[in-house]
Amino acid sequence: MAGFNKVVHSYADALAGLSNNMTIIAGGFGLCGIPEGLIAHIREMGVSGLTVVSNNCGVDDFGLGILLQERQIKKMIASYVGENALFEQQLLSGELEVELTPQGTLAEKMRAGGAGIPAFYTATGYGTPVGEGKEVREFNGRPYIMEESITGDFAIVKAWKADTFGNCVYRHTAQNFNPMAATAGKITVVEAEEIVAPGSLNPAHIHTPGIYVNRVIQGTFEKRIERKVTRSKEN
Amino acid sequence: MALSREQIAMRVAQEFKDGDYVNLGIGIPTLAANYVPKDIAVMLQSENGLLGMGPYPTEAELDADMINAGKETVTSITGACIFNSAESFAMIRGGHVDITVLGAFEVDVSGNIASWMIPGKLVKGMGGAMDLVAGAQNIIVTMTHANKHGESKLLDACTLPLTGVNCITRIITDLAVLKVANGAFHLLERAPGVSVEEIQQKTAGKLIVEGDVPEMQFKN
Repeated sequence: MAGFNKVVHSYADALAGLSNNMTIIAGGFGLCGIPEGLIAHIREMGVSGLTVVSNNCGVDDFGLGILLQERQIKKMIASYVGENALFEQQLLSGELEVELTPQGTLAEKMRAGGAGIPAFYTATGYGTPVGEGKEVREFNGRPYIMEESITGDFAIVKAWKADTFGNCVYRHTAQNFNPMAATAGKITVVEAEEIVAPGSLNPAHIHTPGIYVNRVIQGTFEKRIERKVTRSKEN
Repeated sequence: MALSREQIAMRVAQEFKDGDYVNLGIGIPTLAANYVPKDIAVMLQSENGLLGMGPYPTEAELDADMINAGKETVTSITGACIFNSAESFAMIRGGHVDITVLGAFEVDVSGNIASWMIPGKLVKGMGGAMDLVAGAQNIIVTMTHANKHGESKLLDACTLPLTGVNCITRIITDLAVLKVANGAFHLLERAPGVSVEEIQQKTAGKLIVEGDVPEMQFKN
């Protein structure tokens, strides 16, 4: 009896079932809090035609950016994609489609998707290119646009600590989009810095309840810093 | 004389009130954190999920899991909290952030702002800017009054694709402080040594000047 033990021991098992043309929702903000090993394995699997939903698309040689090298991504749904020369090339040549989405709308699309809410109204983007073609409705005299939620065939999530039941805790601002991504995958895979026994995490301090999580794998992380800025001690 | 970036930031910081929750955009707005008056406390919100952003870390404090919305390494202050992106934008979209400061390419007399997209140039994305301008109670735009070619950025109607409509209340440029109301810019203050005529000449949108316009004061 496996019960609620969701731990898998290989990346192949963690991503079993992922195939061409699927939608993947990924946690992370820039290179902070990204499931590094899962992304690397998606590259090894060679699946293509992917739609990837993530705030950003990594950099050329790290994070989701590595999936651009073999042209595995067909469409990117993101709020900001500026850090990536390959991305620019493939966008300009028409190989890659991008749907730029306001950051809060993107987070809410994932949250709503995971919560069974098909669409919501928001003032964000009204009167801008983002609102073009979308239903507008007025509430209390203010116009709002309708945005549809997002779910994925897979969600890939990076946790600090996960217990074997899939309960997750994130560390510092590596939390970002990970909790929403976790709720919005048909299959949610968590790559954790540390896997602990049930009961080791304070139940009231869990960020992502295990009910959303299907598979947990122990990862190893480089944790690359995208923009290292420091101050001298005196200042 | 036109203000430097630091002087614009200094003037922005004078808009902060004790107890304000403030979101600062990339560039000049971020500099305003260095000039918060000593007798007040403000708390900085970073939309990647941090309320109570502190200064950049020392080499010893450096942590890959602590970044700001510009993806730079940061620290948190005592009493900070960290949360997910949906929570962060609930604060922003729900109108809980008191002041947002951001840059712009153009603003107009209807309070519209264009800050994210220049047609024909590669578009990198709006990040959180559209959420911020739709949500904050009080939005301050910082920018130079005119572009490199001397063309005004304060227009009757923005020409570039918009970031938000009818949302800008205050503009602080290298030449002036203005408010936006009733379909016009209203000149509130001039940069030291800058004449009303120069500001009028560099403001393409309808500008209302009433009485003597004072020079900006810089408290230390």
